[in-house]
Formats: sequence, C-alpha cells, structure tokens
Amino acid sequence: MAGADGDDSLYPIAVLIDELRNEDVQLRLNSIKKLSTIALALGVERTRTELLPFLTDTIYDEDEVLLALAEQLGNFTMLVGGPEYVHCLLPPLESLATVEETVVRDKAVESLRKISHEHSPVDLEVHFEPLVKRLASGDWFTSRTSACGLFSVCYPRVSSTVKAEIRQHFRTLCSDDTPMVRRAAASKLGEFAKVLELEYVKSDIIPLFTALASDEQDSVRLLAVEACVSIATLLPQEDLEALVMPTLRQSAEDKSWRVRYMVADKFSELQKAVGPEITKSDLVPAFQNLLKDCEAEVRAAAANKVKEFCENLPEDSRETIIMSHILPCVKARIFHLELVSDTNQHVKSALASVIMGLSTILGKDNTIEHLLPLFLAQLKDECPEVRLNIISNLDCVNEVIGIRQLSQSLLPAIVELAEDAKWRVRLAIIEYMPLLAGQLGVEFFDEKLNSLCMAWLVDHVYAIREAATCNLMKLVEKFGAEWAQNTIVPKVLGMANDPNYLHRMTTLFCINALSEACGQDITTKQMLPVVLKMSNDQVANVRFNVAKSLQKIGPVLDSNALQTEVKPVLEKLATDQDMDVKYFAQEAISVLALA
Amino acid sequence: MKKLDGLRHESRCNRLATTLCACPNVTPDATEQRSKTAFRPAEGFCVAKEAAGTRVEGADGEAGLRRGGTAMAGGNDFQWCFSQVKGAIDEDVAEADIISTVEFNYSGELLATGDKGGRVVIFQREQESKNRPHSRGEYNVYSTFQSHEPEFDYLKSLEIEEKINKIRWLPQQNAAHFLLSTNDKTIKLWKISERDKRAEGYNLKDEDGRLRDPFRITSLRVPVLMPMDLMVEASPRRIFANAHTYHINSISVNSDHETYLSADDLRINLWHLEITDRSFNIVDIKPANMEELTEVITAAECHPHQCNVFVYSSSKGTIRLCDMRAAALCDRHTKFFEEPEDPSSRSFFSEIISSISDVKFSHSGRYMMTRDYLSVKVWDLNMENRPVETYQVHEYLRSKLCSLYENDCIFDKFECCWNGSDGAIMTGSYNNFFRMFDRNSRRDITLEASRESSKPRAMLKPRKVCAGGKRKKDEISVDSLDFNKKILHTAWHPKENVIAVAATNNLYIFQDKIN
Repeated sequence: MAGADGDDSLYPIAVLIDELRNEDVQLRLNSIKKLSTIALALGVERTRTELLPFLTDTIYDEDEVLLALAEQLGNFTMLVGGPEYVHCLLPPLESLATVEETVVRDKAVESLRKISHEHSPVDLEVHFEPLVKRLASGDWFTSRTSACGLFSVCYPRVSSTVKAEIRQHFRTLCSDDTPMVRRAAASKLGEFAKVLELEYVKSDIIPLFTALASDEQDSVRLLAVEACVSIATLLPQEDLEALVMPTLRQSAEDKSWRVRYMVADKFSELQKAVGPEITKSDLVPAFQNLLKDCEAEVRAAAANKVKEFCENLPEDSRETIIMSHILPCVKARIFHLELVSDTNQHVKSALASVIMGLSTILGKDNTIEHLLPLFLAQLKDECPEVRLNIISNLDCVNEVIGIRQLSQSLLPAIVELAEDAKWRVRLAIIEYMPLLAGQLGVEFFDEKLNSLCMAWLVDHVYAIREAATCNLMKLVEKFGAEWAQNTIVPKVLGMANDPNYLHRMTTLFCINALSEACGQDITTKQMLPVVLKMSNDQVANVRFNVAKSLQKIGPVLDSNALQTEVKPVLEKLATDQDMDVKYFAQEAISVLALA
Repeated sequence: MKKLDGLRHESRCNRLATTLCACPNVTPDATEQRSKTAFRPAEGFCVAKEAAGTRVEGADGEAGLRRGGTAMAGGNDFQWCFSQVKGAIDEDVAEADIISTVEFNYSGELLATGDKGGRVVIFQREQESKNRPHSRGEYNVYSTFQSHEPEFDYLKSLEIEEKINKIRWLPQQNAAHFLLSTNDKTIKLWKISERDKRAEGYNLKDEDGRLRDPFRITSLRVPVLMPMDLMVEASPRRIFANAHTYHINSISVNSDHETYLSADDLRINLWHLEITDRSFNIVDIKPANMEELTEVITAAECHPHQCNVFVYSSSKGTIRLCDMRAAALCDRHTKFFEEPEDPSSRSFFSEIISSISDVKFSHSGRYMMTRDYLSVKVWDLNMENRPVETYQVHEYLRSKLCSLYENDCIFDKFECCWNGSDGAIMTGSYNNFFRMFDRNSRRDITLEASRESSKPRAMLKPRKVCAGGKRKKDEISVDSLDFNKKILHTAWHPKENVIAVAATNNLYIFQDKIN
C-alpha cells in the first residue's frame, strides 16, 4: 500500500477522465466541470497535445455538457501554458461555436471573446483573426452567426489592413441570405460601431444600419432599433439628424407592430441617445403616436415608459410638454375620448402603474387639477389590476398632495377590491393595507378599514386568512400595543368560540403573530387564557395548534406563567389520544425546557 | 360508429362534429367499417387489371404509352418510370405501418415518412456511382426512430394516438439535419446527426473491458478518437406540448428560421423553435358557444419568403391570409380567398366536398394551391375572388358522393404538392391513382402506384377512368375503383423530377426517364 501511494493519487483523476465518456450525462457533466483538475494533473504539455484534440471532437454530446465545456475553456489559459499558448484553445471553441444550440454557441463566443484579450497582438492576427474569418465564411449559418459576436473584440487590436478585411466581412454578413445571420449582425451592429473609428461609423455602419432597418424581415428590422441607440450615442449631435433620424422615424412608423413595439420599449434609451433637442422636435410626436398605436401591445409598451420619458425631458420645457402633449394622450386612453376607446386592460394597467409617478414631476397644483381626476377614474376602473396598480403607487402621490385628497374615492375602491371574487386580488390589496394605514392614519383606519381587516380573517381561502394575520401584525407594529388591545385583540379572541374550527385556528395563528408585537402584559393576561382554554377543543387540529402556539408565545411569557399554567396543559396534551397532538406537545415541552 | 352517425346527422357541417368530438378512435373505427362494408373489387376490376397487364406486353400498349404517357413537369416532356418501392408486400396491412406523411428536405437529399405507428423513417439519396449507372440516386434507409408513443390523457380521459400527422424539415443549419414531427397533440424537434468517430482508451479498464487494479495505475491516459463505421443518431431536442386542445393538422416552419406555427381545428399557435414552454396564440376561431361552430381550420402554412404572412384554410372552402405585422392577434385576416358557389351544382354534399384538405404555397410565393375533395385550385395571392386555375382530380366521383359519404371516404384528406419550378402539381386519388397537372400546357395525367409495374425503370402507363357510357378497352370503370387504396400523401423533390407517393403502407419513388 505504502509503495502505491503515488499511483493512488492518480486514481481520482483517472476516474474523472474515464467519466468524460460515461453513459450517464450527469457524470459526464461533473467530469467536464472538473476539467481544470484533469488538465492540472496532465500538465500543460499533455493538455495541449492530448486533452484539447479530444475535446475538439466531442461535439456530439448533450447541450448541457457542451455548455459546461464552452464555459470551462474560457478559463483555461493558464492550464495550457499561459497567454503564449492560448491559441490552442481556439479549435475546440471553434467547433463549439458551430453547434446548433444557441446557448452553447453563445457561451463559446463568450469564451472566445474572453480569451481574445489574452492573445498577443501578433497571435491575434495569426490565430484569432483567421478563425473569425473561417467562421464568417462558414457554410452553415450557425458559424456565421457566431462570427458576428467576435468582430468587435479583435478589431481594435489589429493592423489597418486586417481592420479593412474585418469591416468587409461584417458588411457581407449584414446582407447574408439567411435571416438568422442578418439578425445576429444587426444585434451586434451597435457593439461593432463602438470600436470603429468615427469616419468608418459614418461610411460603413450607417449604410448597414439603414439597410438592416429596412430589411424585408421584421425580425431583423426590430433589432436595428437597438443598434440605433448605440449608434446615436457615438455620433456628434449635428450628424444625428441626417444619419440616424430618418431611419428612426421610419422605425417608429413601421408597418410591423413588432418594430414599433421595440421603439416603444427602447424609448428611454433612444431619448437619452438623441439628446434634448431632437427629443423635443421628434420624439414627443413619435411618443404620442405610440400611445395611440392601433396595436395594444405597442400602446402598453409606450404606456410603461410614460413616467421615465417625462422625467428625462429637458427641464426647461418639461412641464409644458407633459401638459400639452403627453397628458392629453394619457387622458384619452383613460377617459375613452378616442373613437376607439382603450378597452385593453394591459394598456390601462400599464398606465395606472406609471402615471402616479407624474405627480412628483408636475407638482402639487397640476396634480390636483389634472392628475387627480385620472387617479379617481382609474380607481373606478372595472379591471381590478388597474385599481391595484393605482393603490400600490399611492406613496408617490402622498408625498405631493397627501392621500387625504383621494380618500373619498379610495375607500370604495379598496372595499371593492377587498371583496373581489378573485382571491389573488384580495391577497394583493391586503398587502397594501399596512402602507395605506400608515398614510391614512389611525382614525381613518379604525373608522373605515378595520372591519375589512377583520373580515379577511374569516375568508374561505387559507392564503387570505394567512395574509390577514400577517397584516394584523404589521398594523400593530405601526399603531402600537395599546391600539391592538383596544381594537384587534378583543375581536380576535372572540373568534375562539366560533363554531367553525378553521376560525378557531385563525385565533391561534393571530396570537402567534401578535404576541411579540403586543408584549408580555397583553399576551399573559388576555391571550394565554384563551389559548389554554382551547386545549380542550374537540378538534385535534385545534389542539395541536394550541401546542404550537404555546411553543411560539412561550418566550414572551414570564416563567411563573410558564410553570404554573402552560406546563400542566402541555403535559396533558402530551398524553392526548391523537398522535399529532402528542408530538407537538412534546416538542413544545422540550423547546420551552419544561420537562 | 353509432355515435359518429348520430353526430353526423345532428350537425350540418358534420365533419366538424366528428373532428371536434375529440374522439381519437374515429379514424380507426371508420377504417374498420370501410373494410367491412365498402365494396370489394367486382369482376370488372379484375378485367381492368388484366387488360392493363396485357398492354404492358402488347406492342400497341407501348405505342399508347408514348402517346399519352408523356408526363410533364413545367413543360418539359418526359416519362415517369418506376424507381423504388418501400414497405412490405403482404396483403395484410398492419394499421401501424400505414404511411401518414411524406416530406423531402430542402435539398431533396433526404426523404422522411411518418406512419400511424408513430415512427419516422428517413431515406437518404445515394450518391450516383459510376459502377452502377442505373441506380441513379436511389433512396436508402438512413435512420428510423420512434417519434411518438401512444399516450393517455388522464384528465380528459382521452387516448392520444401516436400517428404522425405531419413532418416538416428545418432549413439546414449545420452538418446535422432537423425536423419537426407532430401527432395530434405534441410537436417534437428531432436532430438527425452522423457520428464517425469513437473515443478509445480507458484508465480503469483494458481494451477488452477488464477492470484494472486502481493501485496499479501509474499513468493517465486521455482517450483518443478513432474512426468507426458511420452511425446515424436521431435525438429529440425539444418537445412542444400542451398547447393544443384540438387535433393538430398542420405545422409550418417560418422563413425567419426561428419560428413555426402549428394549427389545430380551432386555433393557430406561433412558437419559437428554441422555446418550448410558451407559444403565442395568433388565431382563435372558437366561438364562445360551441353550438355556434360553423367552420374549422383544416390546414395552415407560412409564406416561403415573407416571414409575416401565413394562410389558413377552412372547412368552408375558404382561405384566409393573415399579416402578423398588423397586430399581435391575427383574428382579422388581411385577405380572404373564396370562389363564389355555383348554384347549379349545389347539393347536400356541397359543403363537405368544398372543405379544403390542404394548402400549399408555391416555391415562388406568388401562388398557393388548395385541394378540396374533387379538385385542386391554384390561387394568385393578388386575386381573392376566384382561383386562377382549377383542375378536376376525379370529377367522375361526383355521381358517387352518396356512397362515398356512406363509407366515409368523402372525409378523406388528400394533400397536394408543387414541383420544384412550380410548373406542375400533383395530388392523389383512389385506386392507388395519383394525378399530375401541367400548368403551362394544361395537360393532365393519371398514374398508378402499383406492384405490377414495379420493375426497375419500368415506365408508368397512364390510366383512364371511364366516367359512364361505354367503357373503352384501356379504361377502368368507376365502379371498379378500389376506395381502400387511396393516395393521400405525395411529395415532389424540390429540384428534380423525383416523386414520392405513399400508397397505404408502401412508399413508391418514381423518377423521370433517363435515356
């Protein structure tokens, strides 16, 4: 044994190598993930001459194995002998960059980009750049799409002749026959533009951008919108109008809703990229149109951007633009002023979630005059999601005008949501209760909302009862123990005599939640007696929950109460005929150290 | 069958009811009934067969063949000759062996068939070789795999057949080939790839498999890849399930190469080829009240070049063209193709026979072809009010509709296909006949896929059906047609004159005659 020690240490590595070809995918995957261990054991020489050639041809494997391999190879430089030999990693990554699975290809490209930085400028031209060219002129589109992601990393570090070649390759790919490649090129256009010299951005990128933006396939055109953002940031302001804006205007009015959607979705980025002047002259009308678009998806995307767009407007004219251009569109959407009223609930709820944010921008007076009617209208909307979105964003308004302004309309909306037939809606409104309570104040709450909170405790859906319990705890944290003692505790304890055992259990859950917030005094004097009394309940579920409750509130009680009151009850429960009751009673005894 | 009949009488658009009663057993039942009750070949049939037999040998038969047998494809005259037949010769046909779809890939090098047993068989065209000059590009089995298994939906208490309804190839993206196959409910993406290298050399065992003593390992071995016999593997890459409540009748890959659509009786979904857990419903014609159902979707296809355009056909004989650019939901069509009904030919069966069983865009994208029970129509996408061409497939059956209704044949779904240059079209008929129409010369021909003429490079003789009146010597009487032998699925090589014709459990491959 002693003599075999040295050999023995090879054994785990030998297993790992053999498992590279195990039939079990999981074992292969494990092995690939420990590829660095294998390479370390083999040494740099054998890694280069044996392991990498083997890996280059293992592209038959499952996606997840290939994905792990592609990732590993990105961190392999030191294991093949440092930057000097980093080009040895190119063959396996090249073959991975041609597989059909996008995630694997993307990961291979990511690793290639990573190791490209470890190439010396000479190696980059001798090894890396030829690989990019091979991929770019590959027979299958998978390799050509991968090439698109590699141009930008080698461009800055190669000689000007090679640069010219790279630009030529990129041009070719932008007009490739397959839409897949054109899409890949379009999505990398912005990134490539960033590394190009400004003169070439103008002479090369702009024509490509214009061509891609008017591609016959809308799946390509929509990607040009993203490129537009990066290109616009690169160009000096005076060139934007001539070079970018015609294309952008065309995209905003594209026949395909998907392209317009993309414009709406990227609107804030576009706005930042083109600067305040063009925003005023071009983007404002474009945004108005998108808000009025005939496709609901586009309107919803634009509606989502209302707040951000308004915030980023140049300060000098912000209020005017909002008041005279944006707000009328928003109003039209909400008040159905258009011929085709917006009945699409996605658009409405998107608007509801952002227009509250406008109040901080517009200030108190405008909010009261212009926004308040909108909020009120939306609070009455037939779609619960719209109402919820308004209520969930109340804090923005509260800062500006105070919630009181809204309280008259708020209340019916809340009551209605609280009684909505869909339990998820009820759940959502419960979650806003503590926030509302904080903003509306204790008096208003006691008067109007308290009864709702109590009603939820007897909801027929468990999730609602549970949320209601949690809600009570948060309210007590907000309003204090004294308030709890006067308003909540009596009602909660009253439920202990309810004929429905589920409601009796709710009492226990409430006590669990409230004991800490209420403090020792209330817990010992008011809650404990009720809990103890319930230990005689005829339903076993209630009894074992008594045991659990006692365990929970035990730490809050003083030791006297524990010993004289809790202990006997738990001991009795520990001899209960029901197995579960016994179990939980024993658990409570041991946790509270009463044994 | 009782249930089926009941439904048929209740509903005016009866096939809708049978497809929608979601009873997967309808088809087998129907077949069973057919084989029991449908008429068997009478003497007339045998005579016709004999007559055909004699003509092969007879000298005048040869001459007749020259005259009428010159087939056409885009105007070039040539003759079709037999190349290959696949499948068992037995008279007893196992249900599972019945071919349910045939499809060439984009290059025509591969040919896929699906059958009722859920299997997909892929044939590869052999490279032409000098030493076997006559075996010009024969198709040999390349890969066979079980694509779908029978399933049972416990929630709906519904059997899901394994039958492959459609196969569609994806444009080739790397050395491997990909295809989509679907049964009634689930679409699968398959990868068919080749492997010709094998890793050799283990650390823990010898070449013969004996384990080595772990303590005697003194050096590490990295496996080496060695050449091996070519192995073709088919692996399922994605499963697109749970998106169709009704039976899937079509799948079609979009020209953007990243999406495809799938259509069932009432809905069309759009999928991304890489995303299996989500699809977009783009067409939904399900009425709020199923009692008000008047039509179903029978087929759907994406435009070959414009990624935003697709069409779907309905059981009412109409075709709707939708533009996905216009809106996210394509409930409103952009174009509506419908031929006004001729009031004089209106009958009880009008609605059934006008139902479209297949729709195919031409390769150019300018035209589309629809197949209904008795005819094939070619539509110009720019003209919605009537087709530009109408070809009668088997007009002689018009007088037989009553018995075709009785034996359920009237609900057969014939498919149709274009040749590579869009100059000719092909579709199937009964008695193992299939029809070809030359769009330029307006000539048509009826050919038969049969074992009788399956000698190597035997030329196919044109067949004629006698519609009534006095039957000529080389004609076959309508009454002697075998309605159990139907050619529903055919495919035309995308570039050459090679066709694949599925006749029950046999796949026939015919080529143009080379001299």
